[in-house]
Amino acid sequence: MVLSAVPQPTSQPGSRMSRQQQHRTPLKLTDNVVEVKSKFEAEYRRFALKKNGPGGFQEFYRLLQTIHHIPGVDVLLGYADVHGDLLPINNDDNFHKAVSSANPLLRIIITKKEDEPVVFGTNSLQRRKKGLGLTGLRTTGSGSTHSKNKPGLMIGLPQNFRQISSIIDVDILPETHRRVRLHKHGTHKPLGFYIRDGVSVRVTPQGVEKVPGVFISRLVRGGLAESTGLLGVNDEILEVNGIDVAGKSLDQVTDMMVANSHNLIVTVKPANQRNNVLHRGSKTSVGNSGSVGSAGSTGSALSHDSPSPASQSNPITASNSIAEGDSDDEDDDGDVILENDCLTPYNSHRVTNSNNTNLNRDSPNNRPHNSTVVRPLPQSVSLPNSIGASLSDSSTMMSSHNGNTASSSQESMREDGNIITL
Amino acid sequence: MMKFRFRRQGTDPQREKIKQELFAFNKTVEHGFPHQPSALAFDPKLQLMAIGTKSGAIKVYGAPGVEFTGLHKDTTAVTQIHFLPGQGRLLSLLDDNTIHLWELVAGAPREVGGVKKEGVVSLQEVGNYSLPGRPGIESCSATRVTVLLLLRSCDLLCIGTEGGGVYFLQLPRLSLKDNHTLLQDQVTQSLPDDYRCGKSLGPVESLQEHPQQSGKILIGYSRGLVVLWDLSTRHADQLFLGKQQLESLVWERTGNLFVSSHNDGGYSVWPVTSGNTCSHQPVTSTIPYGPFPCKAISKILWRTTQTGSPVLLYSGGMPRASYGDRHCLTIQQDKDHVTLDFTSRVIDFFTVHSTEPEKEFDDPSALVVLLEEELVVIDLQTPGWPSLPTPYLAPLHSSAITCSCHISSVPPKLWERLVNAGKAQQGRQHTHRSWPICGGKNLAPPPKQQELLLTGHEDGTVRFWDASGVALTPLYKLSTANVFHTDCDPSEDPQDPSDDPDMQQEEEWPPFRKVGCFDPYSDDPRLGIQKISLCKYSNKLVVAGTAGQVIVLGLSDERSDHLVDVSVVDLLQDREGFTWKGHDRLEPRLKPAPFPPGFQPLVLVQCLPPASVTAVALHAEWNLIAFGTSHGFGLFDYHRRNAVLARCTLHPNDSLAMEGPLSRVKSLKKSLRQSFRRIRKSRVSGKKRTITTPTSKVQEANAALAEQEEVAPVQRRIEPRSADDSLSGVVRCLCFADTFLRDGTHHGPTLWAGTNSGSVYAYALEVPGVGTGRVCERGGASESSVCVEAVLGKEIQLMHRAPVVSICVLDGRGKPLPDPYEASQDLAITPDMTNAHSVLIASEEQLKVFSLPKVSAKTKFKLTAHEGCRVRKVALVVFSSTAQEDYSEHTLVCLTNLGDMHLFNIPGLRPQVRFRVCFYLISPSEYERFSLSAKVITEPLFSVQLDRPLEPTPAR
Repeated sequence: MVLSAVPQPTSQPGSRMSRQQQHRTPLKLTDNVVEVKSKFEAEYRRFALKKNGPGGFQEFYRLLQTIHHIPGVDVLLGYADVHGDLLPINNDDNFHKAVSSANPLLRIIITKKEDEPVVFGTNSLQRRKKGLGLTGLRTTGSGSTHSKNKPGLMIGLPQNFRQISSIIDVDILPETHRRVRLHKHGTHKPLGFYIRDGVSVRVTPQGVEKVPGVFISRLVRGGLAESTGLLGVNDEILEVNGIDVAGKSLDQVTDMMVANSHNLIVTVKPANQRNNVLHRGSKTSVGNSGSVGSAGSTGSALSHDSPSPASQSNPITASNSIAEGDSDDEDDDGDVILENDCLTPYNSHRVTNSNNTNLNRDSPNNRPHNSTVVRPLPQSVSLPNSIGASLSDSSTMMSSHNGNTASSSQESMREDGNIITL
Repeated sequence: MMKFRFRRQGTDPQREKIKQELFAFNKTVEHGFPHQPSALAFDPKLQLMAIGTKSGAIKVYGAPGVEFTGLHKDTTAVTQIHFLPGQGRLLSLLDDNTIHLWELVAGAPREVGGVKKEGVVSLQEVGNYSLPGRPGIESCSATRVTVLLLLRSCDLLCIGTEGGGVYFLQLPRLSLKDNHTLLQDQVTQSLPDDYRCGKSLGPVESLQEHPQQSGKILIGYSRGLVVLWDLSTRHADQLFLGKQQLESLVWERTGNLFVSSHNDGGYSVWPVTSGNTCSHQPVTSTIPYGPFPCKAISKILWRTTQTGSPVLLYSGGMPRASYGDRHCLTIQQDKDHVTLDFTSRVIDFFTVHSTEPEKEFDDPSALVVLLEEELVVIDLQTPGWPSLPTPYLAPLHSSAITCSCHISSVPPKLWERLVNAGKAQQGRQHTHRSWPICGGKNLAPPPKQQELLLTGHEDGTVRFWDASGVALTPLYKLSTANVFHTDCDPSEDPQDPSDDPDMQQEEEWPPFRKVGCFDPYSDDPRLGIQKISLCKYSNKLVVAGTAGQVIVLGLSDERSDHLVDVSVVDLLQDREGFTWKGHDRLEPRLKPAPFPPGFQPLVLVQCLPPASVTAVALHAEWNLIAFGTSHGFGLFDYHRRNAVLARCTLHPNDSLAMEGPLSRVKSLKKSLRQSFRRIRKSRVSGKKRTITTPTSKVQEANAALAEQEEVAPVQRRIEPRSADDSLSGVVRCLCFADTFLRDGTHHGPTLWAGTNSGSVYAYALEVPGVGTGRVCERGGASESSVCVEAVLGKEIQLMHRAPVVSICVLDGRGKPLPDPYEASQDLAITPDMTNAHSVLIASEEQLKVFSLPKVSAKTKFKLTAHEGCRVRKVALVVFSSTAQEDYSEHTLVCLTNLGDMHLFNIPGLRPQVRFRVCFYLISPSEYERFSLSAKVITEPLFSVQLDRPLEPTPAR
């Protein structure tokens, strides 16, 4: 790959995208050239890159430093993938992946290493914009670790990874339970686990009681569930996205999990109780195996198990995780709506749609009529909650939508109460 | 925002009150024929008939509209039912050897729909009894009840047992007369030595009371011995030393003779003459279908008539080798001899005859035969013994039901034409005598509106039923087989036996006559009906079937011979690499066919590949039909006879749909797995059966535990639905709507389609004559040359990819759009076209309302994520209030896979009420009718005149 592949006139550092620059590269996009748009702080650069030449991450890194006129500044590179996720570029492999997935534009985001680190991962672009997310939680202390990294052991930075799972609500759950969130969206790995019926032993005032329960029966090799290490065979499933599974059949629990599969939050009682997270100790959230003293939780699982505190505290925990799981920004309005070009609207009435048309005109070639394959490209698709929608036009729509979101999540909480009359 | 805050305040008492005035759950009646009937009884005084089923239900029927049900606590088969004539009481014997006494009671009066209604008569169990086992012979079947005899005085029940003993039970207290028990040894004592020969007499097979002298009963033992026993003297009056294994006994009315039927297919007539204590030979002994070995005659009836020779009726007795598999019942009188040939097993039968003691003869008027799958009634007073149409207990499943469709508020004109078409159809087959079972009095007011139930069947017929009242009665039958060229020529009437050469040959002996309409065998499964849509205003009917056929029919009162236009629509379009390995398409008939009055086919559209049609929609005002299969959907203009649109919905990886139902790729793996599971399951259930009589609780628990360990646990994979799941392209629903798809100001015809993988396609249609916002009068010659056009407007891919169950467009007020013609003929309020419309999309997992034309989500309810249940079926229903005359609400009613009914308001999608009712398919032959409305309830309402005072239900 010839990386000197002529950057566009980019001579003035610090200049915003000037008028001359904006003449939209009439360059013919052949198959082996990738259009790159890189952003550092407030500055954009556009240039073309040969797709299948030799070359690697280091060369690309230097090229970007040159183009942005920031030689010597330590930066982190990230790119937006097709799902709108911000993913890191820090080696040859993910650099090639980034180049090959450019479709047609490769968006590069450059951040200074000293700055607050970016969180790569699912929906991370969007999350950053909304100010949501776990940034605060995750960055504590990570800056210092990375600067004192010993050269011997190469441990990647947290920001080099995409988040696929997390343990949540540690502070409100009993120690014997674990609430795991699996982020399916964006990965191509299968969730990869099976559940089964079983018998759970509960301690009640009347004595030990056997009640039917649902358990994880199998983890698929290489699946998301296995790769997290947070779920294990024979873990009992207590809740799915905040809803108690007690009294529900295996098929019901299956359906609930499938329905929530894009943002699955399962509360389990791990079969192996030795890796539990200590309650009020450290703030660490990811399973720190072995760090827990054996005295606390290796005691009889039975005694811990008495009338499940999780199910008792259901109103709180449920609303908590529902608010997370259900808050519309996650899975739901990911419904993809494809407008069709062929449907000519009456021209006089294009107030709201005008921006859409512009977008459409941008890339008419990847919108074949009658295409069944839905490609969630920001250009051709209006994803109400992701990047596409947050483009300039739909500020009104967004606000109204957000209002809606709030109200409907309130409603859903209300629905969870006991309003349902029988 | 204020609104929302207000709504969050928990339960609003005002709203709760309105809900109570709108919604109420009532299970009212069951339509159709009870599944697996096992017992039959008749009360000649009250004129009521009772049918017991294998699931422990007793259903009592009288005059049409009079029916009620009793359910045993255990789901054990009812083996016998006996009425206490005139008392409104009945006894039932269950398979678990318990005897139950039931009473008719009047329910407490209740208030329904603001009107005070008289209490509904219902059947209630008042007592039960089971014979104690004899000490010492534990768990032996000696005290297993074989027959029951209720004396005419109704105060004593005689119980015959397997061990040969006869027990006596006082009624209605159900207490055993201990010292009266008649054990076999008492009878054997009086037997001649050569007959005794050391063997037991076998179980009691029959008990019959002497028709003239009360207190004398006839006891028949399995080995052949019949004893006339005097209850008062406790002494055998007479012995009849039969040698042939006994099946049943029946008295002649005078009591001078009785008839016994036997295991070898013969029957014997025995004289009863006082003084002669021991008869060795009957007067006559006949094997009607001999001389070759015959099957047993399981039951025989002997009825005297005024005209002379008695009528003899018996079931079975067929020559074992040649007709051993037939289900037959013979009626014989003099030289008249008919062998009724049924398609299912005879359970029991009785005759309706005069029972008043002052009458000299029986004079039977009707024979009622309960078969496993239907009820057949034969008119015994009309020469030739024709069959009577039944006003209830219709065998809905005479050919397997493949789909159904309910239409309410049928316009009177359409109703009348259907009734006439139906009358013309059945006129020649049946007599028009009145229905012989006429107990009780139907008090239900005539229905306010006519309701129609359409059932599609496997044999390609569509049956129209009157569903307005409690009894479901057949109106009209439409056959679609004659549109096609099939192996059996449908022009010949199969019901006419004279045409059938096969039948004529059989006419010789025995004189068979096919009776009944239950026919489980389908000539060609491709004819099966999958979807039905009827426009009740334009009388257009669309029927779609298993081989991708879609037939548009119009109603005509005249017979017509015409050729049906045929069009073929290729739904695969230009997709390559798909090979259909399923069935071929049906061959259309090329010659004009005769079509009787009624619905006559106009156009036949055949989909390619000929996969089963999975969705159909009709818009008679635009002359359009839409249809979908597992491969895609199409739009057809039946007025201009041209295909407007064909759209493939297949996912490239969908191998199952490609290859049709006989795919070898996936199904082999699946079927192997399933068969292994089945083996495992059957092994387990086999085990269960052996431990039906557990000796101790410990053993039972151990067995249960062992069973649990043996069975490998059922596993379920947790994986999000993906685009390439099999059969993702199946079109699940289609709908037409006049709404805003292009922009917010111009509305027009649209077509919506939803698939199994959560995709929704919306097309904007250009229908000539139907402008945006105005409907023109059509019919101009110039217009017919212009074609209907369809342009894809929107594609929605639901994120969760669950199958789309239903799509419905709501108007500016949030009300569903009216049906075609409804608005233009002033039958419904015109939809609100000034405010923004929205579309309600119900998938298996979520209900969601999107605004139009922009398609942004407005409200939703995530049913599966919250409840763990999935949507099976949804419908938009108008509920009227019981309190305010003019108040009504549109409600989304949703049936889930757990059998629950959930009600949601629209477009807010807030849950209103949930009824946990457990609707599952329990039988293939019945419909369960329930009502959710507090106002409109179709339920039985009748009175029964009893000999005893009808007591109101004791407060529970």
